[in-house]
Amino acid sequence: MHTQIIESHIPLWIILLPLIGFLINGAILPIVYRGFAKTPANVAGGIATFFIATSFILAVKSFFTLQGIDGEAGGAILSYAFDWFNFGGLVIPFALRVDALSVVMTLIITGVGSLIHIYSIGYMHHDHAVGRYFSYLNLFCFAMLMLVLGDSLVILFFGWEGVGLCSYLLIGFWYSDTEKANAGVKAFVTNRVGDLGFLVGMFLLYRVFGTLTISEIIAALARPEMAAQVAPIATMITLALFVGATGKSAQLPLYVWLPDAMAGPTPVSALIHAATMVTAGVYMVARLNPLFELSVMTLSVVAHVGAFTALFAGTIAIAQTDIKKVLAYSTVSQLGYMFLACGVGAYNTAIFHLMTHAFFKALLFLGSGSVIHACSGEQDMRKMGGLKKHLPHTYVTMLIGSLAISGIPIFAGFFSKDEIIYSTIALPAGFSHLFFIGVLTAILTAFYTARMMSITFLGEERLSHHAKEHLHESPWSMVGPLYVLAALATLGGFFGVPHLLGMALGHIPHFLSNWLAPVIAIKHMPLVGEHLPWHEGVVMALSVVLAVASFWSGWKVFQNKFFISDFLSAIGPFHKVLANKYYVDELYDFLILSPLKRLSQWAAQIFDKLVVDGAVNGVGVWSRYFADRIRVIQTGDLQTYALAMIIGVFALVLTVYGMLNN
Amino acid sequence: MTENSSSLLSWIIFTPLLFGILLLCLPKKFEQYFRHLALVAGMANLLFAIKLWSNFDGAISTMQFVQSIPWIPKLGISYLLGVDGISLPLVMLTAIITPIAILGTWPHDLSKLKQEKFFVLMVLALQTGMYGTFLASDIFLFYFFWEIVLIPMFFLIGIWGGAERIYATIKFFLYTMVGSLLMLVAIWWMIYRYKQGFGVPSASFADLARVQYNFVDESWMKAIFSEQGLLFLAFTLAFVIKVPMVPFHTWLPDAHVQAPTLGSVFLAAVLLKLGTYGLMRISMPMFPEAAYYFSMMMMGFGVIGVVYGAFCAWGQSDFKKLVAYSSVSHMGYILVGLFSFNQVAIAGSLYQMINHGISSAGLFMVVGFLYERLHTRNLDDFGNIAKVAPLMAIGFMILTLSSVALPGTNGFVGEFTILFGTFQAQPAVALIAGLGVIFGAIYALKAYQRVMFGPLTNDHNKNVVDLSVREFLAMGVLAIFIFGIGFFPGSFFGKSDTTLSVYSQQLIEKVIHE
Repeated sequence: MHTQIIESHIPLWIILLPLIGFLINGAILPIVYRGFAKTPANVAGGIATFFIATSFILAVKSFFTLQGIDGEAGGAILSYAFDWFNFGGLVIPFALRVDALSVVMTLIITGVGSLIHIYSIGYMHHDHAVGRYFSYLNLFCFAMLMLVLGDSLVILFFGWEGVGLCSYLLIGFWYSDTEKANAGVKAFVTNRVGDLGFLVGMFLLYRVFGTLTISEIIAALARPEMAAQVAPIATMITLALFVGATGKSAQLPLYVWLPDAMAGPTPVSALIHAATMVTAGVYMVARLNPLFELSVMTLSVVAHVGAFTALFAGTIAIAQTDIKKVLAYSTVSQLGYMFLACGVGAYNTAIFHLMTHAFFKALLFLGSGSVIHACSGEQDMRKMGGLKKHLPHTYVTMLIGSLAISGIPIFAGFFSKDEIIYSTIALPAGFSHLFFIGVLTAILTAFYTARMMSITFLGEERLSHHAKEHLHESPWSMVGPLYVLAALATLGGFFGVPHLLGMALGHIPHFLSNWLAPVIAIKHMPLVGEHLPWHEGVVMALSVVLAVASFWSGWKVFQNKFFISDFLSAIGPFHKVLANKYYVDELYDFLILSPLKRLSQWAAQIFDKLVVDGAVNGVGVWSRYFADRIRVIQTGDLQTYALAMIIGVFALVLTVYGMLNN
Repeated sequence: MTENSSSLLSWIIFTPLLFGILLLCLPKKFEQYFRHLALVAGMANLLFAIKLWSNFDGAISTMQFVQSIPWIPKLGISYLLGVDGISLPLVMLTAIITPIAILGTWPHDLSKLKQEKFFVLMVLALQTGMYGTFLASDIFLFYFFWEIVLIPMFFLIGIWGGAERIYATIKFFLYTMVGSLLMLVAIWWMIYRYKQGFGVPSASFADLARVQYNFVDESWMKAIFSEQGLLFLAFTLAFVIKVPMVPFHTWLPDAHVQAPTLGSVFLAAVLLKLGTYGLMRISMPMFPEAAYYFSMMMMGFGVIGVVYGAFCAWGQSDFKKLVAYSSVSHMGYILVGLFSFNQVAIAGSLYQMINHGISSAGLFMVVGFLYERLHTRNLDDFGNIAKVAPLMAIGFMILTLSSVALPGTNGFVGEFTILFGTFQAQPAVALIAGLGVIFGAIYALKAYQRVMFGPLTNDHNKNVVDLSVREFLAMGVLAIFIFGIGFFPGSFFGKSDTTLSVYSQQLIEKVIHE
């Protein structure tokens, strides 16, 4: 197998274009308009959209270039710019690589990214700092694209930290609000905890491979003797890397920053905290899948962390009243699904779900943004209700997104989620309890999504008088992207038609798996074969029935307000625990943050001042004390001095005499 | 080498002093132009430094631009100058920071100056001292310039400092003097030993490094009291006080808080590097066995500095103290990197010296901007300043990113290489030092938030004036270096490669016998 490599500058342009957009919006336009908050929304948004859309066109071009390459090993487009680091044997080339996997990611980032840029023009129209907003958005795309295209883990890390920065800047975009600024810092610092794990993973990798270039590592692992050599240490490496993934992709125990990240503008939540950045961990695991395959233990950890996060966040989502919080926990939960897929070895399925999730979750977030926009910034669902007739487009598109995430057939989420759940029993690394967690989460997902839709759009109108007056459907710049995403959320699943249906419908291949095959080897499911239709069919039928039932009950139960409060009080304390997110934030604060904070106060105000500096000043005080005592011998009396001198001379002579005799 | 080029280093060292003499001749009525003179002197030196940079041959590992004039022949002491890949970046740092610092701390109201002539004279003398220390190739000359640096700094803090300036300046002076005295004794011993061993007297670094100092590593006590152990410790104590290494760091926050902004900038950007430069130039290559023997201890202190400094910074409410403690934390990385005896980490330590110089200079300038506008350094008094001073907010953000070592900024280049190299040699040490990655982000971002973000609680903050043209220029140049080094470290540090690889190979060969 030999990969065909095409040298080209296109990958470089794909990342550079958003960077140029950032510089124009961040530096040039403020000069042109003589001020930072003066750029009109249409200009700022238009420029930013132009650059990311051009990147998208280049990404599409790359896709077709890759498609033109035949052969089992696939091809790659490589851009080498320069050596970023080159010292003492540590060479890190700044090289970008578009291959089967990264082109999918690039298409999602630039495609969904372009839509969200367009949407933002409408959404941020009234904001005074719209230039700053779009410059950050473009900077984010630059970093995110670098993350997926970097051929070296250090370049990946560059993007990894870069997206973290943009996330921090955008979460705290309305920085005058202390809580929002805090949320930004929380996101950055929590991610840093993970990043330390990532760094350690990289350092360990270098010890073993002597390189940090991904393609070289993968190539080395293809040799059995190298794989055998790495195997003993593989668990440590992959676990360290996975710690990084739990930070960026908001998994247990580092997920706490993501719900708070909703403080940012809603399109940011859609782009960064749903469709792209938070999937970076999944991408990294999938990218390094031959490495993760070496450690059964790590894979098991990944699968379990993913499964438990999926379930855990799903339960929290049920009890949230803030529309964005529901979606945030839903995102955490869906990311858990992706890791569950990775953990059982179905990396291609994880990427499949990553893609469909990018469509429907971006759609849901943008839809919620449209709702919030219409309700004058209101995010509490209890103060909404009956919006269906006021926001018809938003309602229809969000409904499609809801059906997609709930796994209702023909919508995108059905295909990818079903594939994950099926993988947990079909693949050798799967476990039956993972299967049950997967199914249970699917039920929860359909339920809380339907609940959200029902409370928001159905039932009686509970809007405040002020909000009601301003109630309006969003402009076309916002609704347009919603429809495009709705189309993708409907049809996106057909990129991965399941084996069973594919056969039934006349040999439709699983396009995505085949496409990704050069990067992620297709696994032959052992249960597939004679039992195939039976197993897959049962699983599929089961999940469809459960999803529909769950969605329907969620939909019906929350239609009238009366039932909501009744229902909530019925489950009393349990509901309180869920609404308070299992008190995890409080727990972390109590166990980790507060002690550390007190320690820092103690170190700065007490230990350093009194002990360390006290010792220094103590030396000063003591020397002065002794000086005072010794001063006594300076009597000023000539005879005393003479006597001392004579004694001294004698002592000296005797010493010298003794030394000479020796 | 031509005659012209070999006197270049003397020009670099003494140009500030020549301007100082010119200054002395100027009458007081030109007082408000004295700063201009300092700026011109700084620019002149920058030109010399650029000439040095462009003529420096990156393929040579030994001293270049050597100038040698006998000084005290009987003791082998000479006025011997030279520059190699280790001192070159530090000289460039000094040359670049000087005009930036003068521009960035330019007082808004020139009529309120106090003893301006003496102030500028001290700034000029300080530069001579700094350049001299980096460029001396003779150990006594090194000591001479090392001590020279103290005097202007003493006056800069003592005369133009804050309310407790006398306490701070005496503490600074005594602390560093204690270290220097031990160093002086060690220097005399080394000169004596060279004469004893080779017959002819010499005090040049190159000659002294050829002496084999006795070292016994049977036990701690024996190691400490062997010849090499004592010499190593005497020099190292002097150097680590300057770095400063925890627990010898408490003079630094006091000195910083009391010093005028310009003094703080020089102190953080350049003076601290004298300490790490000394370690790199003397402690490690001259006493390699002792350095290797004590390397675990030194790395331990370095790691403690990284974490402890970050914690202390986190707990501060005084903005300037916070930046001072962040210096303690960042300088800890350099100790870790140097004593890891790993080629990549040693190179990273040199990078970190430059990078910390750039970011700390900028951060102290930001503290100065705010102090001049609001007359406070208390973090609780700030807030919402990004709204009224966006340029300052951007500048401060860039510096913060450099401080938290974000990839793409210069800070990453140093920290990554240090952690990377140290991990290859001592994984556990690198792991603990890596905690600085987390805690560094906490205090830096919290400080940024408290200054720039949050609601408007202090009405004075509504009227904060954004950066002036001069201040903007200073910040802009720093930003160019921050991103320039971050993206293209090779273009900035490439000339040091040969020196660094020869340096670390020789060092590692001497201590690791396999």
